[in-house]
Amino acid sequence: MNRQRLLTIMRKEFIQIRRDPPSLVIVFVMPVLMLLLFGYAVTTDVEHIPLAVFDSDRSQDSRQLAQDMVNTGYFDLAYRAGSAEELKALLDGGKARAGLVIPAGYARNLRRGETATAQLLVDGSDPLVARTALSAGEIVGRVKSQELRLAALKREGLSLPAGPAVDLRIRAWYNPGLESMKFNIPGLIGLIMQNVTMMLTAFALVRERERGTLEQLMVTPIRGAELMIGKLIPYIIIAFIDMGLALGIGVLWFKVPVAGSIFLLLGLTLLFLVFALGLGMFFSTIARTQLQAMQMTMLFILPSVLLSGFIFPRESMPLPIQYLGNLIPLTYFLDILRGIMLKGTGIAYLWGDIIPLAAFGLGIITLASWRFRKRVE
Amino acid sequence: MSNPEYAIEAYSLSKNFGPVQAVREVSFQVPAGSIFGLLGPNGSGKSTTIRMLCGLLRPTSGQGRVLGLDILTQAEAIKAGIGYMSQKFSLYEDLTVAENLHFFGSIYGMSRPEIDRRHRELDQEMKLGGRENQLVGTLSGGWKQRLALACAFIHRPRLLVLDEPTAGVDPVSRRLFWELLDGLAAAGITILVTTHYMDEAERCHLVALMHRGRLHAFGPPAELIAAEGAASLEDVFVQMAAGGGD
Repeated sequence: MNRQRLLTIMRKEFIQIRRDPPSLVIVFVMPVLMLLLFGYAVTTDVEHIPLAVFDSDRSQDSRQLAQDMVNTGYFDLAYRAGSAEELKALLDGGKARAGLVIPAGYARNLRRGETATAQLLVDGSDPLVARTALSAGEIVGRVKSQELRLAALKREGLSLPAGPAVDLRIRAWYNPGLESMKFNIPGLIGLIMQNVTMMLTAFALVRERERGTLEQLMVTPIRGAELMIGKLIPYIIIAFIDMGLALGIGVLWFKVPVAGSIFLLLGLTLLFLVFALGLGMFFSTIARTQLQAMQMTMLFILPSVLLSGFIFPRESMPLPIQYLGNLIPLTYFLDILRGIMLKGTGIAYLWGDIIPLAAFGLGIITLASWRFRKRVE
Repeated sequence: MSNPEYAIEAYSLSKNFGPVQAVREVSFQVPAGSIFGLLGPNGSGKSTTIRMLCGLLRPTSGQGRVLGLDILTQAEAIKAGIGYMSQKFSLYEDLTVAENLHFFGSIYGMSRPEIDRRHRELDQEMKLGGRENQLVGTLSGGWKQRLALACAFIHRPRLLVLDEPTAGVDPVSRRLFWELLDGLAAAGITILVTTHYMDEAERCHLVALMHRGRLHAFGPPAELIAAEGAASLEDVFVQMAAGGGD
């Protein structure tokens, strides 16, 4: 390994990245854009469900019921429908996602101590929204019933001991506000690391062949290993710049904490980068043009988004799909990122992720170097 | 077997790719300081022969020496001692003229002051002045060609290997380029060149005609023309292509 040749290649690589607008976009714009897009748009927190109310009862009690729904924080009182048809039209047109129908006689039944009926219609086409609306509606119904029953007992001169019979105290650890952003941001950092490194590496190597400069390099004293390492080191440096960028935005802008050791986080990021670089290099040994390399990276990004648990919880996937997810190294890296950032997990609990990650990295880098050597020699 | 007067020696070089015999028993010796033209149609085995001589491909059988170095065992030393330029002018188009020269100089182990000094010499020799900081992608074909030659020649190799160096370049630039080659040969540099242009072939001191992997003729152009009773090198070439089966 000749130091001057290694540095010469690295220097050249940095100049080329600096002059290539698509590379600069991948390095600086893509991570920021992805963080902002996913940070704000991909939120699984459902709030402000537009509610349409058709109130035939027009009583204080019926108005109170509608208000109770709004008070849960999940609904916005968006429309007051004058008829059942109008309510149906609002739901059909997607203007309202939930409809509350209060029939005439609601207040009368309530006062007589009979069961007062109302109906909550939910647009089930988006299950996430529907589930939230359903559970919010259910809670309103139950709490209201309990209140009324207690009041009725009181009127009869009876009373129950204060407080519930069973006090189940629920606490969500690590992310007490259940903000999906806190879950998404560490995942995004992992996805960005993977995509940036994989794409840049694949493009850089394919470009060299596409333009015939690889042929020129082969007749110089450069050795295969020097070329490979000289080309990989700049991308490791860039990946860490991106890591800093993504982490900075995550911590300062989105207020996602890093509860655990930052050094452990960076160390394990390097381990993951070995895999991402190796994969990029592997693609570059198969692709003949930059376009082909682009298509291969895209083909890999999709399953890594869907199967790694980046958005959808892996626990709810059918077993065969979960096994497929085990073959995607991002799955392990996401565990590590979320563990260290949100829970402050130490290395002792992470070996189950570190070992497969290291195995994938070692495997792909070996395969890629072997193919790369065959190409060059 | 080594003779210091010869820059290139091939002894029964053969190369098979699976069942395909790309090069068969090719032998020739090229004295130092000559311009040696390797001629033949596409697929005749020219490129394979060059790749074996540059240490990129291992011959199936046979032996060879380049600058006195064994192509089988001293490929690394050969790579450091020769300059190579292909028809694609494989320069980095997104680097400037100066950055390309610096890159290749540095790859050959030259120091920065050495490269700068050499850069100024090459500016003179190859008329490269005035565009140090221009991106190579924006240069004309003739300019790129001279720069590619300069990059191949930056470390003062004693052998230049030029694979179709004038393909797709205008006639004026071609003429200028061959004047450069004459000057280099006069200074003792050996030049191995492949070409499809017969006027260029006739400017070589020695030519080898290859066809279907075999060496059909080898010698100074005038002698080959006389021996075949042909009017020009082109006629020799056409006769070979017409008559030359296996």
